[in-house]
Order: sequence, then structure tokens, then C-alpha cells
Amino acid sequence: MTVITSIPPPEAAGEAASVPAGGASSVPLPLRFVGRALRTLWGNGKARTGMIVLGLIIVVAVFAPLIAPHSPTATTFTPYRGPNATNLLGTTGNGQDVFSQLIYGARVSLIVGLCAGALATLVAVTLGLISGYRPGALDEVLSFVTNLALVIPGIPLMIILAAYLQGRSVWTIVLVVAFTSWATGARVIRSQTKTLRTREFVTSAVFSGERLFRVTFREILPNMTSLVAASFFAAATAAVLAEASLEFLGLGNPSTVSWGTILYAAQQQNALLTGQWLMVFAPGLAIVLLMVSFTLVNFGLDALSNPRLREK
Amino acid sequence: MPLLEARGVNVVYEPNRGQRIWSVRDVDVTLEQGEFVGLVGESGCGKSTLGFALTRMLRPPARLSGGVIRFDGTDIATLDGEQLRRQRRNGFALVLQSGMNALNPVRSVARHFGDILKAHARPGDDLSAAGVRRRGTELLESVRLDAAVLTRFPHELSGGMRQRVSIALALALQPRMIVFDEPTTALDVIVQQAVMETIKDLQRERGFTAILISHDLGVVLDATDRVMVMYAGRIVEDQPAGVMTRGLHHPYTEALLDCYGDPRADEVRLGGIPGTPPDLSLPNAGCSFAPRCPLAEEICLTTDPPLSPLEEGRAACHVRAREEEAINVG
Amino acid sequence: MSASDVPPLELRGVSKIYHVRGRHRRTVTAVDDVSFAVPPGAAVGLVGASGSGKSTLAKMITGSERPTAGEITFGETSVGRLRSGGLRRLHRQVQMVFQDPYGALNPLHTVEYTVMRPCQNFLGMSAAQARRRVGELLETVGLTPASQFAAKLPHQLSGGQRQRVLIARALGSDPGLIVADEPVSMLDVSLRAGVLKLLAELRRERGLSLLYITHDLLSARLVTDELIVLNSGRIVEQGPTKQVLQHPRDSYTVQLLDAVPNPFTAEAARDRKTVSTATGRGRK
Repeated sequence: MTVITSIPPPEAAGEAASVPAGGASSVPLPLRFVGRALRTLWGNGKARTGMIVLGLIIVVAVFAPLIAPHSPTATTFTPYRGPNATNLLGTTGNGQDVFSQLIYGARVSLIVGLCAGALATLVAVTLGLISGYRPGALDEVLSFVTNLALVIPGIPLMIILAAYLQGRSVWTIVLVVAFTSWATGARVIRSQTKTLRTREFVTSAVFSGERLFRVTFREILPNMTSLVAASFFAAATAAVLAEASLEFLGLGNPSTVSWGTILYAAQQQNALLTGQWLMVFAPGLAIVLLMVSFTLVNFGLDALSNPRLREK
Repeated sequence: MPLLEARGVNVVYEPNRGQRIWSVRDVDVTLEQGEFVGLVGESGCGKSTLGFALTRMLRPPARLSGGVIRFDGTDIATLDGEQLRRQRRNGFALVLQSGMNALNPVRSVARHFGDILKAHARPGDDLSAAGVRRRGTELLESVRLDAAVLTRFPHELSGGMRQRVSIALALALQPRMIVFDEPTTALDVIVQQAVMETIKDLQRERGFTAILISHDLGVVLDATDRVMVMYAGRIVEDQPAGVMTRGLHHPYTEALLDCYGDPRADEVRLGGIPGTPPDLSLPNAGCSFAPRCPLAEEICLTTDPPLSPLEEGRAACHVRAREEEAINVG
Repeated sequence: MSASDVPPLELRGVSKIYHVRGRHRRTVTAVDDVSFAVPPGAAVGLVGASGSGKSTLAKMITGSERPTAGEITFGETSVGRLRSGGLRRLHRQVQMVFQDPYGALNPLHTVEYTVMRPCQNFLGMSAAQARRRVGELLETVGLTPASQFAAKLPHQLSGGQRQRVLIARALGSDPGLIVADEPVSMLDVSLRAGVLKLLAELRRERGLSLLYITHDLLSARLVTDELIVLNSGRIVEQGPTKQVLQHPRDSYTVQLLDAVPNPFTAEAARDRKTVSTATGRGRK
């Protein structure tokens, strides 16, 4: 090797050995990440199944008026009928078509699941980030509150809240469910924040003059996206079940059409005894399918953040 | 019969759908019983991957995509599950880079010994708590650690001590071959020297075959009998250690040697190697080092050089092969 | 900042004592009564193995930790007593180059973003102005063409390139003192010369002071004029670099020298290498 008398030119403007060519593109960074995330999710068998099922449920909810044969609230049918040509799943005690109710019910379950999940995650992220970033009095107080929320049993608390809250609407349910399910996410995010806080790029950001707010939201939070997404889907799964439970117990608005209220009506009219078992089975299956689809997508999210879990 | 005879080892790494990286390309390795061989190269050259492949420790998304690996006559490339475990019992062991990663943080050192002895138990082994303790103390002594370490947990030990515990665990089953993957990289120079001395002593005393994988040519030349230099997934040079600092070598080896120096010398000048290693997701035509090589010629860009005799070993370089032939003929 | 503007860094009787709680209570003296100075424009090396206290000193000098005793002054500013506002002001002048080039870069931010931030925060530049400065800085550290590197993400760069990005980031605020904590120890040997020579050149051309922390005596020899050897938190040897390395007085220094892995003995090294200048003074 000849004597080097000047600074060797830095490595050619190329990629590091094992990374395929990427280069600058005109697509903004966040969109590129989402695109890549969706492609990876699609590549994972479980996530793909979850995404398909979820997609179908969303389509059903959006196009309910086109898919449902009748109005869900019209009491024009003969009550207590079993499955027949007009009423595929039979009718309720008020003469309403169960099948149409099932179709329209998808809307409420989806909305409550996604909104309550989002609200719970928002609270969890905020509290978790604040708590995890600075050890001290604030962290102690928030941790204590989180632990308290974790220890109190969820369903009884929900029942009490729902029973006492004025104004029974879907949004009351969303609030109640969110209020009881933020704690787990907060704990997890707090731990992850504490870990990320010690990473050198956070120190580097502080040296670059970044203030607390920017460090938390521009440095730490973006590196937790798959954790936040996973928390969201977990919360949404719990929310769907919680909503159905509340409706089933009669604590929701009985005039809402949701899978939970179908079960409530089924309970009221002793559907199992009268042979209308489909009226119990169908909404139950629907609830399970929605929850499972969320969970399957969550498996895919794990693979997103840990390449070793990706299927070949 | 050589202890290890590997031919045509290829490892492919598939991190995402449709993306393939050939980390190890067509590598042949032959090890005699009792040899201490070094495997040297920089980041991404495939040396750790090769070490893992030879000990059948590859995990998805990396996989062995071709080759024969004959350990003591048996082709272990095709073994799986229980058969592979049994081979491991008396065959080979792997010591990893960071002691912390290899040790279970919630189990004490004594438990680690217990686990490994019980997992590969033979009839007649004393596996009582006292027996494990005795064997553990013996092994810790051989790596210059006090028996008190048995009751400690990994986080209570320093980096150097953890590495010694890893080595002791590797010795527990009296393997015929041990692969050390960057054993001292995470340690500071003084601890590194001490641990390497221990490894050298152990190898001399017990005569196991050893492969030392490192990016540090200095460490490797100091400890080993023979050195293999890797670049872009291939072995580009294979020489006895004593010859490495003299004579002609593969241009990459020479460039690497140029990156070292003696801080005590009157004048010190350090070399570097301009350019980057090639993209391993593309099949290559010609010599992988050619783009960065000061001696590169036409033929280097089109034909991949085979390993041919050079000095007392072999090197994969067209130019050097020609020069060597000229010396031999003339 | 030209050489005349850079204040000196002074440490007087600095100590750091940690109290360890838990199963084995004890006090750990990480740094014991250390005093030294980095005059304006000088390059001083702090060498020692792990546990020598060098990293703790780096943290105290950059304000991440407070000394238990003693004083650290950078010009008029007393570093040990600063709080968050003061620390941010300190970071404008005292910057750090970190050891792990991958860990110190946010994997989601482009090179441009990372290097822009100190320009915006410390020099009050607008985004457009900052981007122009980023271009200049990338050229300075040898990442050319700058426009191509600006949009890259850390995983698309090699170790040496990442370290250059970190250096560019450190230069962003136009600091007077750079504390480099093992900047090349995680790089392949073939990439080290380039980064070391960059540091040496930056020092010469901008009159920066450099505090170079390492356990590797070879790189210390190339970059520093003065060497301070630390053992268990205490200074055991101090002096001009070449002198300390060629005529070490303390046994610990000798131990460190012995431990440097070197393919050659001193004899062979002299035979093989041609003579040419190292860093800094005299011809390049």
C-alpha cells in the first residue's frame, strides 16, 4: 500500500455494505415509514389475516345501509321468530330484524373500540412520557396514580361509573372505557421512556440544545411508535369487549344498536331457551372476530419492531 | 484426519421479503486437531457469521445455504435437533462477544454451571449441588477466578470476569473445539490482554482446537498459529501468524497492517483504506477488493481470484499469484 | 471562534464520589483530586482503562454530572454549578463527540436534521440558513457531496461516516472546546485514520481546544500534544505526549503501553514504516 500523505477521502457516497440502495426520494419521511410498515405487516401471515378481517368489518360498518336488508330499528316483523328467509337471524321481542342489527352494530363496536382505544392510548402516552423522562416527585406521583388505576378492578369500576353518569350515549361508554384502560399502557410506555432516555442520541439531542418538549416528542416518542401502536390495539381490543359487556349489562343506551345490545335483548327474552341461539352466537362471534383481528395485527406490529420475528 | 473440514460454506441472510444478502461466499476451512486459528476482518465481512455457521448456531433470518461441514468425520451441516445436541456434548463450544448477553441475568453463576452440566449429563456425572459446586470451582480456577464468583450474578461481575465465566462455561463439557467470537472487543486494553493470556494458556494446556474471531489483527497475530483474513464474505488470505508482518501479502492484508503502529516510535503515521466494502446483496464479478485496491488490473475486475500459494500460505490475488509464480520460476 | 476567543478549561482539585446503595453498600471514588488545564487551542489526552475515571471527568466537564469537590471552569463560567439554562449555554461552547456513532444518532432523523438543530438552537438560524450551514459543515468533515449525504439516515452510512456526522453536529454551534470520548474505538481500524486526521485538522484550522479521552495510546499519540494518564481516579503521569510514551515513569503507563495490540514489535515497526509527520505542528 502506498504511503498516504493526505486525509484518505471518506468512504464513497454509497450505502453501508448490507443495506440495499435507497437514496433520496421525494416521498416525505413519515409516509415512507407508513408505507414500509404496511408492507411489512402485509408480509406477516397473522397480520395479513387480521388486516383482512378488520377490513371486512370496516366495510360492513361503512356500507351498512347497503348491506343490511332492513332497518335495524323497525319493529315491523313478527317478534320472537327464529331464522327464516326474511330475517336471517330471527327477530327480537320487539319485532326487529337481528341480522340488520348485527350489520349496523358493527358501527358502534368499531367506533367505541377505536375511539376508546385512541383516548386511552393518548392518556397513556402523555402520562408515560412525562413520568418516564424525569425521575423525581412528578414521576412518583404519576406512578402512584397509575398503580392505583391498575389495582382497581376494571369492570366493577366501569359498572359504577356507567350507572352514575347522566346521559347514556355511545360517548359516555367511550369515556368510561378509556378511563379504565389507560393504566397498562402508561406503565409500559413509562418503562420504555426510561430506557430510551439513557440512549446516547437523547444525550446528543440535549447537547444540540434541544429543550425538554422537543426531546420527549421529537426524539423519544418517534422511537416508540410500534409500542404505542401495539398499546393502541391492545386498548382497542379491551374496549370492544368492555363496551359489549356494559351494553349487555343494560348500562348502555338500550336504543343504541350494537352487538352488546343484541346480547342484552337476547338475555331479556331468554333467547337460548326459546331456541334462538343464533341471536346469541352471531353477535358473540362478531365481537370475537373484531378482537381477534386487532390482536393479529398486533402480532404483525411485534415483527415490525423486531426483525427476527419476521416470517420468511 | 482434520478435526474440522468445511467446504463450500455459503450463508444467506434474508432480513425482509425479497432481500438477500450473501454474508459468507464459498468458504473452505480446514482445521487440524490442536490448531489455534485466527479469523480476521472488519465489520460486515462475515467472520462472525462464518463462526456461527461452523458451530451450527445460525438463526433466522440467516441460514446455511450450501456446503459441507465435517466435524470429526461427521457432516454436521445436515444434522438437526437431538442429533446436533449430542454432537455439541463432546464436540464444540462457542464463546460470544459480550459476556452479559450470553449469561442469564437472573441466574447465578453456579446455576449456569448446573444448567449446562445437567443438559448434557452423562451417566456417572455427579450432579448434586456439591458436585456442581466442585466442578464449577475447578472450572473457575482454570480461568483464574475465585470460587466466590459462583454465588454471584452476572451484573455483579465486571466485564472481564463475565467473559472469563463464559469461557469457563465453554470448557465445562471439555469440547474439542472452541470458537471465540470477538471475546475481548467490549473490554478495555488491560483486561483484554489478561483475558487473551488466559485463553492462550488454556489452549496450550488443554490442546483444544480454537478459532479466534476478531477485527483486531494485533490481538489475533499475538495469540494464534495461523491467520485467515476475510473480506466481503470470502477468505482472501491464509498464512502462518509469524509470516504476516513480513513479505508480500494480499493488498487488503497489507492495508490492514498499515492501520497499526507503535505509539512509542519516533514518528508515527497511520494508514486508512479509502472506499467502502461492496454491497453483499449483489453477486460480484471479479475480485471484491478491486475497487479499493492500488494494484488492481483488468483481470481483477472480471475474474474472481482463487486462493493460490503465497509466501508460506495462500492468498486470493491475481497480482500476487503472478509475482509468486515469477519468483518460483526465476 | 478563533484561537484567541477560546477560553481555557481548568480543573482544580476535582473529585467525584458515588454512594452505592443496595446489597453491597459502599462509596466509590471515581475521581480523586484531579487538576489540569486545557489551554486555548491545545489538544490534551486523558488516557486510562475502564474505571480510571476518564468518562466521569468527561461528564463533569460537559455538565452532565456535578463534582463532589473542586472546581471546573471554562473561562469565566463555573461548570459545576450550572443548571439547565446555564447548561444549554455551556453546550454552545463545549461540545461532545460520542463513542458509539450508531447509538448517538437518532435512527429516524436524517443527517441534515441532526446537524441543523445545534445551528438553529445556538446560533438562532432560520431553517434555510441552518441548511446552508449544514452543507458547509458536511463538506468540512469530508462528507461530499453534501447534498447527497444530507438526506441519508444513520443506517445508510458506514461507521466512519456516522462519526463524521457526529463531528459535524458538534461543530454546529461553533464551539471552543470539543470533548471527544473514545471517538474511534468503535470504528474499524481502516476508518480510524480518516477521523483522527479530521480532528487534528479541525483543531489546527479553527483553533479549537480538544480533550481526547481514550484507552488507546496509538490514537492519543496521533491527536494530542499533552497526555494525562489516569489510574483509579488519580493522575499518575502527565507531560508532552511523545515524552510520556517514550519515557514513561509510572508503572501503569507502562502497563497500558504493553497492552496495546500491535502486530509489530518496535524494531519491526521502525524497519517497515517510512518516516513522515504525524499531526499538528509543522508540515502536513
